[in-house]
Amino acid sequence: METYKADVVIVGGGGAGLRAAIAVAESDPLLKIALVSKVYPMRSHTVAAEGGAAGARQAHDSFDFHFHDTVGGGDWLCEQDVVEYFVSHCPTELTRLEHWGCPWSRKADGHVNVRAFGGMKIERTWFAADKSGFHILHTLFQTSIKYPSIKRFDEYFCVDLVEDDGRCRGVVVIEMATGEFTLIEARSVILATGGAGRVFRENTNGGVVTGDGMALAYRHGVALRDMEFVQYHPTCMPVTGLLFTEACRGEGGYLVNKDGYRYLQDYGLGPLQEKPCNKYMELGPRDRLSQAFWHEKQKGRTVEGPLGSVVHLDLRHLGEARLRERLPLIYEMAQTFLGIDPAKDMIPVRAAVHYTMGGIRVDGHCASSLPGLFAAGECSSVGIHGANRLGSNSLSELLVFGKVAGDSAAEHARQASYGKTGALLKQARAARQRLMDIKTRTGGKEKTAALRKEMAQQMEDGCGIFRMESTMRTTCDKLAELRERFENIVIEDQTSVWNTEFLTTVELDHQLDIAAAIANSALNRRESRGAHQRIDGYGERDDANFLKHTDAYYVPGGPPRIEYGAVKITKSPPAARLYGAAGEKAEQERKAPHV
Amino acid sequence: MSDPGKIIEIEVLRYNPENDEAPHSTVYKVPFTDDMSVLQGVQYIKDNFDGSLTFRWSCRMAICGSCGMMINGVPKLSCETFLRDYYPNRISLEALAHFPIEKDLVVDWSGFMEKLESVHPYIIPKEKRSPEEGEYLQTPEQFGEYIRYAACINCTLCYSACPQFGLDPDFIGPGALAILHRYNMDSRDGGATRRMELVASEEGVFTCSAAAYCSEVCPKHVDPANAVNINKINASKDYFLRFLRPKGES
Repeated sequence: METYKADVVIVGGGGAGLRAAIAVAESDPLLKIALVSKVYPMRSHTVAAEGGAAGARQAHDSFDFHFHDTVGGGDWLCEQDVVEYFVSHCPTELTRLEHWGCPWSRKADGHVNVRAFGGMKIERTWFAADKSGFHILHTLFQTSIKYPSIKRFDEYFCVDLVEDDGRCRGVVVIEMATGEFTLIEARSVILATGGAGRVFRENTNGGVVTGDGMALAYRHGVALRDMEFVQYHPTCMPVTGLLFTEACRGEGGYLVNKDGYRYLQDYGLGPLQEKPCNKYMELGPRDRLSQAFWHEKQKGRTVEGPLGSVVHLDLRHLGEARLRERLPLIYEMAQTFLGIDPAKDMIPVRAAVHYTMGGIRVDGHCASSLPGLFAAGECSSVGIHGANRLGSNSLSELLVFGKVAGDSAAEHARQASYGKTGALLKQARAARQRLMDIKTRTGGKEKTAALRKEMAQQMEDGCGIFRMESTMRTTCDKLAELRERFENIVIEDQTSVWNTEFLTTVELDHQLDIAAAIANSALNRRESRGAHQRIDGYGERDDANFLKHTDAYYVPGGPPRIEYGAVKITKSPPAARLYGAAGEKAEQERKAPHV
Repeated sequence: MSDPGKIIEIEVLRYNPENDEAPHSTVYKVPFTDDMSVLQGVQYIKDNFDGSLTFRWSCRMAICGSCGMMINGVPKLSCETFLRDYYPNRISLEALAHFPIEKDLVVDWSGFMEKLESVHPYIIPKEKRSPEEGEYLQTPEQFGEYIRYAACINCTLCYSACPQFGLDPDFIGPGALAILHRYNMDSRDGGATRRMELVASEEGVFTCSAAAYCSEVCPKHVDPANAVNINKINASKDYFLRFLRPKGES
């Protein structure tokens, strides 16, 4: 097997991985960096983010406001010290990205503009029209080309980590174009592989979002934290799940039911506001809006059609000119994929899976419990999103914690040694053997695509917007059954070059572990918090028993072992989570004694 | 929605270097509904008929740039091209033209990546600035100078449309030249001189025969043909000015 040595290997070429690579390169140009990605970096799913990235910049805004919005939005399951670090570093990182060329939308005076976003008290979302993720990703990718110390392994698929002496010492990768395995030895390893939304049926995610890095860390004994918190985005295209950004509502769009009624006023988000009003109505947080959609459906107030149940996103009053300026991608998507003109017609939407709040448990330095292994971005759980992420916090997270991970990994690499090559090669060969056995086995009847479909349906049935013990248990059982059936998958394509039938089977192998971590974590959380809502007698938040992080540990051949960890509270004690007029009143009452 | 009984014939140019001496066509009969894209059509084939069919895809919403292919001879993103627009005729799919085929609909993009890397596709700052000093100011006019060229998703459809790239694989080509132009036109950038050497080189803008088909197929309206044209003019000016200016000025 070929081997390659780098000081730092980064798996994932999306926003977090690229930002980490640049951070390592800037911290020490002599450190050799290997950047491994299963797609060319600019294809990574960061590209599809639309609305923008949060960072306080207006005179009447503050880090403290951003902190409280984030912690309350996360239903107090955030690591508050990490959130404090995060909010205070967002503007710096966003400005740095501007210096690197990111075309943030501007005001007439030439300064960067910001827009309103759900759950944010002040407008603080930096945006590049509605292609913010696209521009962030291309800016980072093109900037990364400046640094000769970054060696890219484009279209290499990472299939395992290798350890020596209790430390992570590298990764095993497959070159997709040849099927060849390579061992990349490293002093530090960063996982930046993105989320796992594709384990669900209807989702906004690209095909690449299969939770690979999460599964690799998990199998190496690192906890997956808070995996039950899966974000449903309230405004997605029916069937395909394609995203209509929250910026549609930030710019003033309405959500209406089949009677043309702005139904959010019935769900603790009112009273009705004509103009966009922060933390009211359509600018409430995603979990609440997706839950309101579910309730409307139960009440028979959604629009039923050939595409299933939908509500309407009404942008007509914004006018074509503003839509073209602020939401050009949304405009084109509505035309291309739905055949409608959003300046004239309402857009049918419903909630779909969008984001994995949980992930690889890391501390505020992005270090996992396995020495030498770091993680950043959606694959990680650094602790800023809690039980529900606020829109536009994840793009900022990529930048802030991509840099932290890069700095931490560089620092670690300066002190750590390489592992023993012989021991690492032995593990790499074993990893190859395990996968080649999957590829070449015969006698079974199962197909990867069919199992993937069943898994995704199970996750939707058991771990949707509202959850019940009985259906979650069924999902857990079925996932265990699918894990057994995985052993009977037969791969038709036995060639080596670009064998995507084999590679998607390896992805499914990862996805089945992640799905089980999500479903079992959900089953065990007997309360309702943020994106985890139960309708089987555990409908309330239960701080006495569950103001805790879930830690899911991998158990070979069985369901994960679930443990619970403390939540770091610094300056925001848990309180009722309120929006609309109720939220405003509560905030005034909280402030009153101090005035 | 459509009648669920409709079936469209999809002809795919298959090639597996391990088994095939040359590319060959296979026709699949695919049941489809009116909302199905060509990408969903090939996914259906892979999931139901032949797991070995190989193509790149990810975002499904025309922004990641992965899923380009020749659809009835025209380079298009398969995720935003719909089967209903071809039915009841047969639809033919081939790998993007002018690139070496690695397998089925997957082409070798390494040449394109080298070109992209060669154009210095990053801000070479006119003046250093720290984040503490805040952002560079950019007026709407300055912003308007480059933003359209920043919309390139690197899908390379323009390369498949470009007759000159078909003849000369060394031509830097429309996409990378549009990105080069994007940085030259950015008020924050001071690297134009460095890039102009490439523009005027043998592989640069003068290879272009002004067919302008690149702009026609661009799914993001980047207009690479215009970027190339402007640089032809700039490179000519630059060439003559070199004789007029005293040494040391640029």
